[in-house]
Amino acid sequence: MTVKEIVEILEGKIIYGEDYLDREVYKACGSDMMSDVLAFVKEQAVLLTGLVNPQVVRTAEMMDIQCIVFVRGKSPDMGIIDLAEEREIVLIKTDLEMFTSCGRLYSHGLRGGSGE
Amino acid sequence: MEEVRLHYDVNAYDFTCAGEASGKLKRSLKNLGFNSAVIRNVAIAVYEAEINMVIHAEGGVIDAIITPDCITVILADHGPGIPDIELAMKEGYSTAPENVRALGFGAGMGLPNIKKYTDEMNIDTVIGVGTTITLKVYNK
Repeated sequence: MTVKEIVEILEGKIIYGEDYLDREVYKACGSDMMSDVLAFVKEQAVLLTGLVNPQVVRTAEMMDIQCIVFVRGKSPDMGIIDLAEEREIVLIKTDLEMFTSCGRLYSHGLRGGSGE
Repeated sequence: MEEVRLHYDVNAYDFTCAGEASGKLKRSLKNLGFNSAVIRNVAIAVYEAEINMVIHAEGGVIDAIITPDCITVILADHGPGIPDIELAMKEGYSTAPENVRALGFGAGMGLPNIKKYTDEMNIDTVIGVGTTITLKVYNK
């Protein structure tokens, strides 16, 4: 699934990363706890979270996660956007809730780290 | 590649910058040509340890000793020490305050995650003096 498809499926908006719309993601994880995200490595994953702070971007950086979706209409501040830009990590926001966002991506074929 | 030594300072109570040192170390390892799995293992483990330093101790220092075969990272703080290491190693056990949980940490996965992503981990802790964590990831 591409970044562009994620934006469409979640009726979202790109905050940073217009140049990376064709970037492919193969796995997804949804969590507000960054330590839980750090517990399982997923190749080329998208992270969905309702948490908005710089550690979300740093967690993505350590995990080689290249796309973050902020759910529930949350918006990152400039500090977070700058951090993502330096690391070339795509930021998307959607008004959908976490459950709905994950459900929509799942029903379009995206899977979690275990592949289930 | 000869032995490379890197040093980073971690500031106390600066949650915004927590992870800065881990990010720099990650980029250095990339420049040195290590494979992405090895780099990620080091980055995740050091990041968790760096977060711990900011949450529980008053900052600290990180030293990395890098050879072609092995990446060793020593994280030393002057925090309160860990009273019961066995308990602290249990997944889900956390003493982090509520404000830290609100930031997405304190799930009790820090030390278990460090162990999971490293080949060797040693914790040297003295109550009231500080904690030194030494971790090793072999270049495979």
